[in-house]
Amino acid sequence: MAILTIRDALNQALREEIIRDENVFIMGEEVAEYDGAYKVTRGLWKEFGDKRVVDTPITELGFAAVGVGAAMAGLRPVIEFMTFNFSILASDQIINHAAKMRYMSGGQFKVPIVFRGPNGSAYQVSSQHSQALEAFYANFPGLKVVMPSTPADAKGLLKSAIRDDNPVVFLEQERMYGIKGEVSEDPEFLIPLGVADVKREGTDCTIVARSMTVPLAMQAAEQMEKEFGVSVEVVDPRTIKPLDIDTIVKSVKKTNRLVVVEESHAFASVGAEISHQVMEHAFDYLDAPVKRISCAEAPMPYAKNLEELALPDVPKIIAAVKEVCYL
Amino acid sequence: MANTIIMPKLSPTMEEGQISRWLKKEGDAIEANEPIAEVDTDKATMEVTSLEAGTLLKIVIGDGANAKLGETIGVIGAKGEDFSALLNGASTNGVSGKAEEGTGRPGDEQTNESAKGSQEKAASTAGEKEETVAEQGAQKLKENVSEIGGRSYDAQRPEAVDESESKIQNSESTTRLIVSPIAARMASENDINLKSIKGSGPNGRIIKRDIESALAEVSSPRFQVSGQENESASQTISSFEQTPEVQGASRFREENTSKMRQVIAQRLAQSIGPVPTFYLTVEIEMDKAMEFRKQLNASVSEAEKVSVNDIIVKVAAMASLKHPFVNSSYQGKTVRFYEDADVGVAVAIDEGLITPVVRGANRKGIIEISKEIKEMAARAREKKLQPEEYTGATFSISNLGMFGIEQFTAIINPPEAAIFAIGSAAPKAVVRDGEIVVRNVMNVTMSCDHRVIDGATGAKFLQTFKQMLENPILMLM
Repeated sequence: MAILTIRDALNQALREEIIRDENVFIMGEEVAEYDGAYKVTRGLWKEFGDKRVVDTPITELGFAAVGVGAAMAGLRPVIEFMTFNFSILASDQIINHAAKMRYMSGGQFKVPIVFRGPNGSAYQVSSQHSQALEAFYANFPGLKVVMPSTPADAKGLLKSAIRDDNPVVFLEQERMYGIKGEVSEDPEFLIPLGVADVKREGTDCTIVARSMTVPLAMQAAEQMEKEFGVSVEVVDPRTIKPLDIDTIVKSVKKTNRLVVVEESHAFASVGAEISHQVMEHAFDYLDAPVKRISCAEAPMPYAKNLEELALPDVPKIIAAVKEVCYL
Repeated sequence: MANTIIMPKLSPTMEEGQISRWLKKEGDAIEANEPIAEVDTDKATMEVTSLEAGTLLKIVIGDGANAKLGETIGVIGAKGEDFSALLNGASTNGVSGKAEEGTGRPGDEQTNESAKGSQEKAASTAGEKEETVAEQGAQKLKENVSEIGGRSYDAQRPEAVDESESKIQNSESTTRLIVSPIAARMASENDINLKSIKGSGPNGRIIKRDIESALAEVSSPRFQVSGQENESASQTISSFEQTPEVQGASRFREENTSKMRQVIAQRLAQSIGPVPTFYLTVEIEMDKAMEFRKQLNASVSEAEKVSVNDIIVKVAAMASLKHPFVNSSYQGKTVRFYEDADVGVAVAIDEGLITPVVRGANRKGIIEISKEIKEMAARAREKKLQPEEYTGATFSISNLGMFGIEQFTAIINPPEAAIFAIGSAAPKAVVRDGEIVVRNVMNVTMSCDHRVIDGATGAKFLQTFKQMLENPILMLM
C-alpha cells in the first residue's frame, strides 16, 4: 500500500494498463508533452512515446471521433477531456456513436473506450466551466458512468473502465486531484463497475454522495454524531450507471431516512433518479420524504461568495439530515 | 413589548404537553408568576406560570390541544398591542421565506430575515444587488440559496397552504391521518392504533419516533396518578354541540383524551380484551323505593303503574349525569361525553335479547319512562323495533331480578362505558344500629369500561345511585 493522491492513483492506473495491454493509448489536449493540464498523464509520454500518448489539436469532436473509430477497430483508447465541459462539443460522438454502435451494428462492433477528465466545479471558473454532467450522460443507454471519490477507487475503477468492452464516461473532479489515500500497488487491483461502497456505517440516516460531495458527507456525518448523537451512514455509489441501487435500498431500509447530496443541478438529476428508485423499492421503510442537496438552479456564478453559496456544503447537509431526522 | 408564551419543560421526560385548560382568557391581566394554564404532561397535570406581567393577548393553542416543547402557546404584552409580527416570526417552522409577500408588513420581513442564518442573509443581500441588473438568474439563485440553507425545496409554495395545514393540525376534527410509511408499518406490526398516537412530525405526521415512544410507554409505564386527574373534564361540562349518528340519540361533546387516559386504556386493553372491564357490586335497601312505588301506583291508573325497574332506570339516568364518565364513551383519542342519559333496557325475547333505548331518561318522568319501556318491550317481542330504537344507548341496565337472580355480572355493550346488572329485591336479615332487622335488599353490579371509568369513579357513581334509591326524595334535588 502506498499513500497517493487521486492524480497519482489515476496516473498509476493508466501506466499499468498501458504496460499490460498494447492496445491501450491516451489521446487528448496537452496529455503528452505538457504532462496533462492537471498532470494526470505526467511522465507517460516520456516513458511510452508518441504511439501511446497522443497530443491533439483543440478539436474535441474530432479526437473523440478518432477514438470511437480506433475502439471499433480493436484498440482501447482513453480520451482525456481537459474538462468535461468541453465534452459537450464531442457529445455527438459520445452519445450518437460510442453509445449506439454496439446496438446498431447488431453486436458486430464493440466500443471499448474511456472518456475521462474533470467534471463539476473547480475554483471560480464560472458558468461554462463548472458543470456536473453525470445525469446528462447517464441518461443514455449504452454508456457507463463512473465517479470515484478516493484515490483507491480512482485507480481500481479506472483500470476496470479501461478493461470494459463498453464506452465508459469516467468523471473526475478538479478539486479532488490532490486528495490523498491508501492505494494498492497490485497491478491487478480492480474495483468492479456497478458496485457501491459504504464509506461510513450508521443507523439513523443515509447520505448518498458521489465524487466531491463524499468528503463533505463524511464531515457532516462526523458532526451529526458529535453534536446530535445521530449515526449517519454514507453510501458512495461510485458507478452512476449501472447504479447499485441494492446497496442504497439496503441502507435506507436500515436507517429509514435518506439525503442525496450532489454537485449537479437538481432537476432530472442522478439524485432525482435515486429518490425515485428508493421510493419504488423502499417506500414502506421511509420515515421522511427523501431530501436532496444539489447545486443552485442558476448558472455557476463567478463571484467567490456566490459560488460557495451555490454549491453543497457541510452546513446544508447537516440541515438536511436534521430535517429528515425531525430534529 | 409583546412576547410569546411557550410550552415549558415541566418534567424531565416531557416532549410535548396538552393544554388541559387555560386559566386566563384573552384580554385578562396577568401577574408575573401567576398560573395561566394547566398542562397535561406525560406524568401529571402541571400549571404553567407567566414569566412576566401583562395582558394575555392571544391564546394560540387552545384547551385540549397539544404543543411541543418551546412551541408558542400564547402571546403576552400590553393591552391593545399589535403582536402579529411576533406570531408570524414564531411560526417560521412551517412558513418559508416567502412569508413577507403574504402579509406585506415591513415588520414581518425583519422577523423573517433575522430568523434565517447569517449565511442566507448574505445571500439575499447579494441577491438584491444583482436584481438591479434585472437578471432572472440572479433572482433564481437568491431563492435557491435560501432554500438550500435547510428550508424545504418548495419556496414557491404560497403561505396560504401553510396556514390551512396548521389549521388542520389544530382542529379536533382531523380526519386524515398523516403517517410516514415506516411508522404505518411499525404500527401495524405492533398492533398499535394510529389514531391513539399523536404525530410529532410536520403537520402532525406520525413518524417512527412516535411509534417507538408509544412502544416504550407501553412496556415501561412511568405515570404518577395525580389526584386532580381529569377533574377538569367533569367540571367544565358546557356545550354538547355534536350530533350523533343515530337519529334522536343524545347529543354529545368530545374532549381530547389525556395522555394518562390513553396509556391507561392501552395497558388495560392489552390485559383484558378490547374492553377492559371490572365489576363493582353494591347492596341497596329498597324499602323506601318500594314504598315510593306503592304510593305512586295508588294514585295513577292501571295503565300508568310503574315497576321497580322503571324507578331504577330513572335513578340511574339522573345519577349518571352527576358522574359524566359513566355516561361517556371511549373513542381512542377522545372521550365522548353525552348530554343526556339514553338508557338501554335489556329485554329478553324468544331469539335472545334486545335493548330498547329510553332517550333522555334523565328528563322524563317515571310514568313516561315506564310507558315507553312497556310499549317498546311489547314491540320488541313482535320484532317491530326500528334500529334507532335499540341502538345508541349511553349505558344499559339488565334486570334479572324477576328470575330470582340475586346477583350477576353483565357484559358491556360497546361503545357504552357501563352496564348495570340488577338482582332481585328480597327481604333479608341485616344489621342496622346493632339490631338484626329485615330489609328488602337488592344487589346491583356495575360493569365498568376501565378505559374511561376508574374504580373510584364507578364507586362514587354507585354511592349516588344507592343514596337516591334508598331515599327517593333525593330525586327531587
